[in-house]
Amino acid sequence: MEARDAIAASGLAAGTPRPRLEAARPRYGERVIKALLALCAVLSIVTTVAIVVSLVGPTVEFFREVGIFDFLFGTNWSPTISPESYGVLPLVIGTLSVTLWGLIVAVPVGLGAAIYLSEYARPRVRKLLKPTLEVLAGVPTVAFGFFAFSFVTPVIQDIWPGFLGDEPNVFNAGAAGLAIGLLIVPIIASISEDAMSAVPAGLREGAYALGASKMRVALRVVFPAALSGVVASIVLGVSRAVGETLVVLMAAGNTPNLDLTFSESVQAITAYIGVVATGDISTQSLEYNTIFAVGLLLFVVTLGMNLLSIRLVRRYREVYE
Amino acid sequence: MKKHKLLVAFPTVLALAFGVAACGGDDEASSASGEEVSGELAVDGSSTVAPLTEQVGALFQEENPDTRVTVGTAGTGGGFERFCAGETDISDASRQIEPEEEKLCQENGVEFEEIVVANDALSVVVNPDNPVTCMSPDQVSEIYGPDADATSWGDIQGLDAEYDEELAIFSPGSDSGTFDYFTEAVNGEEGKSRTQDVNVVGENDNATVTGVAGDPGGIGYFGFSFFNENQDQLKALEIENEDGECVAPAEETTQDGSYNPLGRQLYIYPSAEALQRPEVQEFIQFYLDSLGEVIPQAGFIPLTDEQLSESQQNVENLLSGGGGSGQGG
Repeated sequence: MEARDAIAASGLAAGTPRPRLEAARPRYGERVIKALLALCAVLSIVTTVAIVVSLVGPTVEFFREVGIFDFLFGTNWSPTISPESYGVLPLVIGTLSVTLWGLIVAVPVGLGAAIYLSEYARPRVRKLLKPTLEVLAGVPTVAFGFFAFSFVTPVIQDIWPGFLGDEPNVFNAGAAGLAIGLLIVPIIASISEDAMSAVPAGLREGAYALGASKMRVALRVVFPAALSGVVASIVLGVSRAVGETLVVLMAAGNTPNLDLTFSESVQAITAYIGVVATGDISTQSLEYNTIFAVGLLLFVVTLGMNLLSIRLVRRYREVYE
Repeated sequence: MKKHKLLVAFPTVLALAFGVAACGGDDEASSASGEEVSGELAVDGSSTVAPLTEQVGALFQEENPDTRVTVGTAGTGGGFERFCAGETDISDASRQIEPEEEKLCQENGVEFEEIVVANDALSVVVNPDNPVTCMSPDQVSEIYGPDADATSWGDIQGLDAEYDEELAIFSPGSDSGTFDYFTEAVNGEEGKSRTQDVNVVGENDNATVTGVAGDPGGIGYFGFSFFNENQDQLKALEIENEDGECVAPAEETTQDGSYNPLGRQLYIYPSAEALQRPEVQEFIQFYLDSLGEVIPQAGFIPLTDEQLSESQQNVENLLSGGGGSGQGG
């Protein structure tokens, strides 16, 4: 320290010019690269805005002909087959059904896996298990669709206990929900595990020193401390479930259904868009505009979920120095 | 599942195109006019007619390796929309063109011809466990009508067998010619159909097959070929015709007209402009010539001799009318 100061002082004293930190010549290449990098960062915002803009036009067109109240609270969805009606509630409830069954699988399994990995698993096991779990997140969703349709459905039809009512249909909300549940387990497990691992070791050690059991440490110390991450992972999982298209399209059927159901066929918001958009309908028609109205609804719902997750994360965050 | 089919069809078509291209030289004499043609043909339209056109297209490419025939399945209505916008050369249709569609074509200056290529028996299918064998169009309408509210097979009056399973109703999308034809024949008004508790599968007829095969109360409808391919999983209902007889969908009953009102004809619509091109002329002629071979493969019902000679006559008229200018280029 002192030596360096001495050198600097002697340099100044000798009257040498202060070293300039900027480049001697303007570096145009660097500016271009900076601009390109900024462009990359801005691109995601531009895309979001572009999506909203592209959704809004046809949606406005749609609401010129259909009342917004009829759309949001109508209980009858039949935009392509006359007599037409445009109540979106059956689609919303279809999406809710599927998401509900998905969460019933994914939250306990995902959190269980996270707690095991962060608190109980030996490092070697953990090194093996975590990447495997993350591989599951990379399986194409069409594979989950096949899995739901050709494996989950027959199995639940076989083991369906009679007291629950009629056996599930070939296309049913339950199988799609369970498959989506498996799809979001890695999201919940991985993010929650990160949050739990980030809890300072001192907290655990303190609890152990006070005589707490391993389970008590996991559930009463680590889990609450990691709550913000856990909540974020669940909300992210919900967003993923709400937006999932192929699984519901392949396994849940296309019957708009007003009941929160396990065994019946439903039509989720995304499945409606999928089936109608691939049918090559006229671009000038009201039914074409329904895709955009429904798509915007989906966008607003997932945006809402994400905003909620940010709020929750802030609220429950525990900061440790 | 529609995609599934395309996935199978595309490699086949490609394999044919490439495989034959390699040894194309010695094939020349076999094409109808003895000359090889080249170019691209865009076909779109009915998912019912598509299997037929796909097969003809594959054979055609085998003989004319420099041609590419693409067959879309946008549905009859969707197909005509593209056709009348001038985007396609030929439109597959499972019903005749409608006045509004004709008007759209006129506005865009697209002229066309109608050629009957096959007969089809629109088949109403149920699960094999279902004891019902015959229904009248009115009874079918109690399931599919716009005001229908039957939830169980037991709700339908006057069935020939007692059955108390809950209904699982499948329907093609409103873009499909099958939907148009069925709703007109059964519900009396085209496009009107039940909207509640219906599984609308779009253009994906295979979803109807799986759905009906897997559900004891299932019911659905589609072209004869889909029933033909899936006879082991499904049962086709007999339909009471105007004479009050119960008639099953089959070759003879469709050809002699006794399978009514659900027997129908399938069409292709070439545009006059496309017919100026030699490869399109060749293709249309080839289409009719290979019908005898591909119709049984595609699961359709052959044309009667009368229908065939009429179509043949139509094509000849077309070719002699529009052929001259095309041959020069």
